[in-house]
Amino acid sequence: MSLLEVKDVTLRFGGVTAVDNVSFSVLPGEVFALVGPNGAGKSTLFNLVSRFYDPAAGDILFEGASILRNPAHAIATLGIARTFQNIELFEQATVLQNLLVGRHRHRRSNPIAEMLFTPFVRAEERRHREAVEKVIDFLDLQAWRDKRIAGLPYGVRKVVELGRALATEPKLLLLDEPASGLSVEETRDMGFWIEDIAGQMGITVLMVEHDMGLVSQVSSRVMALADGRRLALGTAREVQTDPAVIEAYIGTGHKDGAG
Amino acid sequence: MDIVQLLVSGIANGCVYGLIALGFVLIYKATEAVNFAQGDFMMLGAFITLGLTNQAYAGMPFWLSVPLAMAMMGAFGYALDALVLRRMFGQSQVAVVILTIALGFVLRFAAGAIWGHQPIALESPLAGRDVRLGPVVLGADEVAIVAVTLALTAVLFVFFNRTRLGVAMQAASQNQLAAYYMGIPVKRIHSLVWALAGVVATIAGVLFASKGSIDPNTGLLGIKAFAAAVIGGMGSLPGALLGGIIIGVIEPFAARYGAPGYSQIAPYLLLFLMLVFRPHGLLAQVHSKKV
Repeated sequence: MSLLEVKDVTLRFGGVTAVDNVSFSVLPGEVFALVGPNGAGKSTLFNLVSRFYDPAAGDILFEGASILRNPAHAIATLGIARTFQNIELFEQATVLQNLLVGRHRHRRSNPIAEMLFTPFVRAEERRHREAVEKVIDFLDLQAWRDKRIAGLPYGVRKVVELGRALATEPKLLLLDEPASGLSVEETRDMGFWIEDIAGQMGITVLMVEHDMGLVSQVSSRVMALADGRRLALGTAREVQTDPAVIEAYIGTGHKDGAG
Repeated sequence: MDIVQLLVSGIANGCVYGLIALGFVLIYKATEAVNFAQGDFMMLGAFITLGLTNQAYAGMPFWLSVPLAMAMMGAFGYALDALVLRRMFGQSQVAVVILTIALGFVLRFAAGAIWGHQPIALESPLAGRDVRLGPVVLGADEVAIVAVTLALTAVLFVFFNRTRLGVAMQAASQNQLAAYYMGIPVKRIHSLVWALAGVVATIAGVLFASKGSIDPNTGLLGIKAFAAAVIGGMGSLPGALLGGIIIGVIEPFAARYGAPGYSQIAPYLLLFLMLVFRPHGLLAQVHSKKV
């Protein structure tokens, strides 16, 4: 059974149909990439899945149940985490604190016990700290652990945001342009991490990405979109050689349209 | 000894200003709205306590009516946000400011209609008792104000740093979008911040009422507290208390040593100087917003 199923989803902004009757499903354990020229509706589709927008028509199922009744904050509780194209971190907090906020949905104690710092709360804190330290080790963030976000280099913030999403222990990880703004080396590291997140941690990944090199490297399946409609769905190679996809990119040039 | 007594009464007054300022800052940090009715929250909290305690009204024991009043004002703050302010979402901040100013008028009239416009004293066990420290005689009310403020500060500090809810409040105030996707119900958190502001205002109100009588216009003290919040650095909780204490201390000294009539001007003069020379306040937490 598919982990995420998007069924005939449509969204209009005024007269513009940003997403037009799109369907796809993401299988457990795979890395599913959405590609397409700017304005194709990738990010909109993404924001629909994370409940930022309500679709005009269609349904979105996670583990077989519709998520359209859940408010945005309930998405994390279901086991869906996301990152943002423009990085949304808690700027006045440290890297460690940001990751610990990612544990919010797993914390299970009441304010009084927390203020008294009872043994149960202490044990809980230790457990969350351990979970966060695992993420720090995985992403090589040790050197930045106690640094405040404000002032960190862009590439590091990008990794911290990925770490915070991982700290929530999601079943489905939504990555919005994980490589945008990263250097060649940073993009390569990001590629390895995404492979390990899916391969070793068993977390399903749905990502929007322009860098076709990264998409080809990590994705199991790719869906190409243009003008809010599905153009092609298949392996990275199949999609890249699909005549409809090539046609959609013509005029902007393959590299530019994808970059 | 004169100076010590002026200082202590100034600090005690300042703690009340500081606690009201704390309410301003709590709401401002979490929701970026300024609640100009914060002083009237304090007045209402004090009147509810008075209504529950005084023999002329419900006549309940003081130690029972205070937590009850805190709970009622907490519920009031929560409901105000959940039922009224949430509907203003997307409106300009000026709209929220005007709404809270209007709310202040409504609360003043409502209090006047229920408890009258004449000053009434709260029948508090603290009133009229003295504490002797060597040659210095301090009012029990003043000592209690300072002690309660210190204790409340400690509780709030632990709350914001240790508890899941407190951390969620901090997270929601720093980045709402990110908070949503960490599973934090931001709207409910905002309502809870308003509830917390209501509770803190009630404590400030009870402390203030312990020093003398209150009337529906007591809430106008909020303007001085607003000055305190700005002096301390709008957005800083310790800054709010510090700003309150500075204003509280300046007043009696200005009254004692300044020209007559100038003590009322002193806090605003300080506010003016502050805005000219250090506009972000003493303990500023300057986050320049990204565009």
